[in-house]
Amino acid sequence: MIECKDLKKIYVSGDVETEALKGVTFSIAKGEFVAIIGPSGSGKSTLMHILGALDTPTSGTYFLDGREVSKLDDDQLSDLRREKIGFVFQAFNLLPRTTVLRNVMLPLLYSETSQQEREERARQCLKYAGMEESKFYNLSNQLSGGQMQRVAIARSLINNPAIIFADEPTGNLDTKTSHVVMEAFQELHKKGHTIILITHEPEIAEFAQRVITIRDGVIESDLRK
Amino acid sequence: MFKDLLQETFWSLSSNKVRSGLTMLGIVIGIASVITMVSIGQGAQASIASSIQSIGSNLIIVRPGAQRTAGVSGGAGSSATLTLEDANAVKSEIQNVQAVAPEDSKRSQVTAKGTNTNTQIVGTLPDYAVVRSIAMEAGSFITDQAVKSSAKVAVLGSTARDDLFGAGVDPTGQTIRIKNVDFDVIGVTVAKGGSGFTNPDDSIYIPISSAQHYITGDTFISTMSVQAADQNSMVAVQNQISDLLLKRHSITDPLQADFSLTNQADIIATASSVTGTFTMLLASIAGISLLVGGIGIMNMMLTTVTERTREIGLRKAVGIKKLYINLQFLAEAVALTFLGGLVGVLLGWGASWAVTKFASMATQISTSSILLAFGVSAGVGILFGFYPARRAANLSPMEALRYE
Repeated sequence: MIECKDLKKIYVSGDVETEALKGVTFSIAKGEFVAIIGPSGSGKSTLMHILGALDTPTSGTYFLDGREVSKLDDDQLSDLRREKIGFVFQAFNLLPRTTVLRNVMLPLLYSETSQQEREERARQCLKYAGMEESKFYNLSNQLSGGQMQRVAIARSLINNPAIIFADEPTGNLDTKTSHVVMEAFQELHKKGHTIILITHEPEIAEFAQRVITIRDGVIESDLRK
Repeated sequence: MFKDLLQETFWSLSSNKVRSGLTMLGIVIGIASVITMVSIGQGAQASIASSIQSIGSNLIIVRPGAQRTAGVSGGAGSSATLTLEDANAVKSEIQNVQAVAPEDSKRSQVTAKGTNTNTQIVGTLPDYAVVRSIAMEAGSFITDQAVKSSAKVAVLGSTARDDLFGAGVDPTGQTIRIKNVDFDVIGVTVAKGGSGFTNPDDSIYIPISSAQHYITGDTFISTMSVQAADQNSMVAVQNQISDLLLKRHSITDPLQADFSLTNQADIIATASSVTGTFTMLLASIAGISLLVGGIGIMNMMLTTVTERTREIGLRKAVGIKKLYINLQFLAEAVALTFLGGLVGVLLGWGASWAVTKFASMATQISTSSILLAFGVSAGVGILFGFYPARRAANLSPMEALRYE
């Protein structure tokens, strides 16, 4: 499903070059639940941006579902993200003052899908992510943190993506809610979704099957349970 | 897809009512103030021009010159040098003169059945109605017959009629008393709406011969209005009048002339230079409000779009193409500026109407001011709504999402 070979990323700001990734090689198979863990500044976010097609590597190759991602342009990356990838962010990133349903339907904007089908799918995804039906028309800013993350999960599922990326999904939640959200991810995994989780908390990484540890831009360890 | 665009625009604007409202307010105020200011300026210009035109057209006004006593000038019109014979000579000896209306005027108290007023008594000839384009509301103007027989008849201006007999009353056949002499009212003129020292509506016209006999008691005239045949003959007629009067008064040096000539074109030129300055003043105030409004719109648009960089990042992250993000922000900016523009135009219109209604100042709404104000605000709004959004849409989604 995912195959990376010698991925490097160099950020240039002024005259200073920062090498965030120094050659990373690994692969992830369909249906895996992988946690990428590392302290801040380790390069795990950079790796996640490249894997999530939000950014392209400076060198190296990245195949997602058999497609070479590092060669795509901006619009092709957009298409790829919409069709293959679902994102769950630390800061939830819901549209403010907008209903739960409309938030979930956001990725379907400007697509051929009819309004009726969009709503149908949004309802299914919300139920799937464990959201109560009574809250479907609530505005996003009236929800609790846990509920917001469930809406974000539902949104990531709307296009039935090959992979779900979760970038510190529990970073803004308390311990109890964190566990509830992580159990939701485990549920998704059991249903066959491929999930890549980025975190700096070893305790959260425990929920995954496989833990890749990154330090200073290189893979330090790759452990399977 | 197009439906999605409209729906997103609508949702985005309506779910942030305060933000949308404030942005529109800048546009509304900018446009409304420009339209109102310009309409006041142009209204004033038009009303002054029309009040000058109401005197008549192609007029040359001859007034007695300054009285000189040992080098001291008593001011124009202070001497009595023009006579009725001068007026008759101008009429009979100069080509291209259409009509000559000498005037022997004096302010006087006038009474009629228990009411009284102080008004201008104008002794004149039938030509006066032609020269000053006076139309009759009731009865008739002074006739040659009345002048010949020094008849005690009077034609009332509409204001004088209102003061003496009440508005709308037809006073023909009634009697008024000027300086203890009874005059029969034979007509009322149509209101002209002029203003100033010699308001044609607040005057009473009587035959010049009667005025000389009963009112002023002299044989001189206070002014003579000469109407040239057309615009082109004005200069020639003016020169000939000057030559003729110099000859008649036996004056060889034109600088010593005991009369003065003014033509209507001079008056219009002076007046329009005054109103031109006035319009320029209002236009520059309007220009400043447009500038301030434009900066307001720019600020609001820049702040709004910058604030929404994270939203743009999210839209990109979930795979919405740059083109659609650009289109949506463009549609939002267009919708805001057009809605604001529409409200602004209506408000400007309303404000001009209110100025006319409550401050009784003439206003005239000009299409060019609407287009200019609308164009500038719309241009600024769309540019500063779209440009930062386009920049944000060009950022990588991660950068946009992290934007604070």
